[in-house]
Parts: sequence; C-alpha cells; structure tokens
Amino acid sequence: MAEYEAVIGLEVHAQLLTESKIFCSCSTRFGNDPNENVCPVCSGMPGVLPVLNERAVEYAAKMGMAIDCALNPVSVFARKNYFYPDLPKGYQISQFELPIAEHGKVDILVDGVAKTIGVTRIHMEEDAGKNIHSATDNASYVDLNRACVPLIEIVSEPDMRSADEAVAYLKELRSILVYLGICDGNMEEGSFRCDANVSIRPKGQEEFGTRAEIKNVNSFRNVHKAIEYEIQRQKDCLEDGEAIVQETRLYNPDKNVTASMRGKEEAHDYRYFPDPDLVPLKLDPAKLEQWKAQLPELPRVRRQRFENDFGLSANDAATITAERDLADYFEAACAAYAQPKKIANWIMSELLREMGEAKLAAAQLKLAPSDLAKLVKLVDEGVISGKIGKQIFPDLFAQGGDPEALVKAKGLVQISDSSALEEAIDAVLAASPAEVEAYKGGKTKLMGFFVGQVMKATKGQANPGLLNQLLAKKLS
Amino acid sequence: MKFTPQQAAKVAALARLRLPEEKLERIASQIGDILNYMEALEACDTAGVEPLYSPVEHPTPLRADVAEKTFQRSDILSGAPETDGTYFIVPKIVAG
Repeated sequence: MAEYEAVIGLEVHAQLLTESKIFCSCSTRFGNDPNENVCPVCSGMPGVLPVLNERAVEYAAKMGMAIDCALNPVSVFARKNYFYPDLPKGYQISQFELPIAEHGKVDILVDGVAKTIGVTRIHMEEDAGKNIHSATDNASYVDLNRACVPLIEIVSEPDMRSADEAVAYLKELRSILVYLGICDGNMEEGSFRCDANVSIRPKGQEEFGTRAEIKNVNSFRNVHKAIEYEIQRQKDCLEDGEAIVQETRLYNPDKNVTASMRGKEEAHDYRYFPDPDLVPLKLDPAKLEQWKAQLPELPRVRRQRFENDFGLSANDAATITAERDLADYFEAACAAYAQPKKIANWIMSELLREMGEAKLAAAQLKLAPSDLAKLVKLVDEGVISGKIGKQIFPDLFAQGGDPEALVKAKGLVQISDSSALEEAIDAVLAASPAEVEAYKGGKTKLMGFFVGQVMKATKGQANPGLLNQLLAKKLS
Repeated sequence: MKFTPQQAAKVAALARLRLPEEKLERIASQIGDILNYMEALEACDTAGVEPLYSPVEHPTPLRADVAEKTFQRSDILSGAPETDGTYFIVPKIVAG
C-alpha cells in the first residue's frame, strides 16, 4: 500500500467590520429585519454606480501588512459573472488579475514544530445575499441585507499537510483579524468562513493530485473533521483504483461526510473582466504609512512577549493571546497584582471554564481583571485557601465585585490564628486516641487523616500551612 | 479566428440566453467576424506597455464609512415580481 500525503490549501472569507457596505451606504448590521439594509445599489437596480468604502480599503490593506504581503499600488475590481437569486446584479464585484495584496505568509506552530504557510493573495469583494428555501411552498425567499457587505478573501498556498496544520493556520489568521479589529471572527454567524482544497499524492511525488473543494465548514472542529474525512475518502478511492474527480463537495456535520455537489461544474466559467464602473484602486502612500503606524501588537509577538516577560509556558501564552480581549484582561490583572504565572493559572483553569459555560468573551465579563487579581492575592496571603478560592469562583464570576467582601460576607476567612487552630487540633486528637497511638508507632501516613479531620471541623477554613506545622509539633 | 456553433451555444447558456438551434450557425459566424476584426489589435507591440484598465486618470473616488438608510423596504420591494412585503420571492432554487 502506498503512503500518501495530503496537500491542503484554504480560501478564507472574512467579513470586514465596517459600518456601511462596500459600494453603498447601507448598514452592515447583522440581524436586522430582512431587506431593511437595502438600496438601489446593493439590489442591483439599473443605472446605479458603486462607490468604494474607504474603510474597507484600509482594513484590507492592514491585513495585507499584518501578514507580510506586498501591497499592489494599483489594484483592479473585476466582475465575476454567474446567476443566482442572491446575486442581484448577475455578477459579483471582486478582484481577479490585480488583487490588493499578494505574497504573504503566516507562521504556525503545530506540536511544537514551527512552519510558515504562504499566502497567495488577498482580494476585496462584496458578499452575496441570503436565500431561504421554503419547505412547504415551491419558492425561495431572498434577503439582500448581506449583499454588498465587504469581504476579503485570503487565499493560501497549498502548503498544509494535515488537518492540524490547516486548523492552526485558520486560528492564527482569525486571531490576526480580530487583533486588527477588522473582523469579529464569528464563524457561526459566517463572518469568518473557509473553503478547503484537499488532494493527496504518494509521498515523495512532486506534482499535486486532483483536488476537491470542501465547502460549508463553519467551526474549527468541523474543518478538522471534514479534512480528515476527505483525506481518507480520497485514499479509499485510490486504493480501489478509482480516479479522484475535481469537484466541489459539501460537508455534512451531522453525518460527518462530504458529498459531491453535482451539476455545478459548468458554473465555474465566471468570465471575469475589469468592472468598468470602478476605476482602478490606487493606494495612497501617505495613507499606507499612517495605517502601518496603527497596526497593533500582533498575536505572535504578544505570545512571545508573554513567554519572555511573564514566564508563561508556550501553551498558556498561546491560549491567553488567542483572543485579544483575553490577553488584555490578563495584562490588566497582572498590572493589579504582579504574579503573572499565578494569574495565568487561574485564567487557564477557573476563568476559561466559566467563560466557556457562560459563552462569554473576556470583554463581557462582570468579574473585573483587578478583582481576579485580588482573589489571587487573597489566596497568596493566606486569607483564604486555594480551595475556598475555587469554591467561591463561580459566584464571583457570575456577580463580579470585590472578592474580599464576598469572603467576609460568607465568613470564609481562613483560620490563621494559631490559638484558634490549636483548639480544633486538640479536639481532633482527643477524639482519635487509636490513630494518635498508631502515628506515634510509625504510621506517619496518618498525618493526612488528622489534617482532613481538622479541615472538616473548621469547614475547610484552616490555613493548611499553619495546620501542618502545628500538627507536626503536637504529634512529635 | 473560427468561433464554433458549440462555443456560441455555451456562451448563450452561461448568459441564460435562449438561442434557437437554427440561429447558432449564423450567430457563431457573426461573433467570429467581430473577433477577427478585433484581432487587428494583435499586430500592436505591447511589450513594456502598462495595461490600461481604465481611461479615467483621476484618483479612486472613495466614500466615508457612514451608514445611512436611504430607501424604505417597501420601495425596494415594489418592483419585485413577487414579494410578501419582507422578502423577494423567487421560484424555488435547490441548494447544493
């Protein structure tokens, strides 16, 4: 049996976070009533003319700079011709021969191995509307709110060799877009979506195999599963002596399969030509300088800084910097209490778990970073034990507020007063003469038993360090 | 340059034009004539000439990113062959 390797390239569509559409002033807001954000331009009425949104240009250019692309001083909009009811003009305005940016790269890290994925191009285009297919009557319903919303399409080189690499690349790309503040990265609402080109070839072979294009993958998990499935399907085909057909396949997440979208092949003849309604886009060098100066610290640099300056592990740094607002949250907490590793531990365990359950982003939390810092400090100073800290965490997370006040209100302050603790210890020892005897006879493992009993008697509020110290003294 | 009736049929299909079989030959030969006429341009030496995408020389006109509602939905839908007041309604298209 031959050994195969997968060759994967990704086409990512990112919706730009502009207020208005790319060629008209209609709102881009998601969730408005159908066809409320529509005008003669985006509904394709005869005689209207598109006027380019300057912020869309800025955002596309910034993404180009962030992933080391060469920006084309002149780029050209082209018409991509096809018919579908969600495309009112009968063509999509896109870029073809001369896109705004080319030849970029994105660095990824998979299982500790660094790799650079080439980016072929970034081009600007308009989104299409949305069709809703009725199950009962013989009709489809068209909503043009999304028509003409600005997108950039980021096309990678076929540089990825596994589903893991593809997902790492996607995550990095999404992270960069969100850091730049030019896309919200929401995969479920479709503002960050991807198509995957997958082929396989015998290991060592230079030329590519025939590829299939996988559509409809709307989460990182599904991208991973769809690519794995497709690689296996193509291997099975070749082993059975069947040829791979170049086609578009739709991923079905419920069944975890990809299925051929037949009959679409002919539609691939898009007859692109330069759009005569739009003059070529010339980038102003002064504007480019200005935009370059505005680029924020990008995820890769921030990750490195968190490792170097805060001493975080690569894994913690990657998780905390993946979302810009979580990284901001972390830095704000560290500014309040300079114990970055301890704060990172609380974020990685308690905070991320609660955020996941509540489906909240760091910027939406009631628990202020300074209050998380305070909690970590309370534990550090022995005012409460780590265990109590974890116990009250869900309440703190849900309500926010000062952890010290909550600890006091709940009467959870740790017993660090040795006389109070001694009393509890004496009572426990008096109640367990047999164990005391056994301990003194050499069964030192019983220390755990005594600690447990005192903790039980004090409802977990005994300072563990002090308790161990006092117990050892009394039992010696 | 020869433009075949098959090519004419394909272009017509892509443009959703209904072209009767008996007209294919004539249309193909007319389009072929046009292409032949334009072929005269091939004689020009364009080495080193920058492609001209637009005869317009002025800088790209840009719009400030300000959202504005300029039309009511009822106006937009008023020309639709079929609507329920909310959506454009079209004959059912099968996705996929």
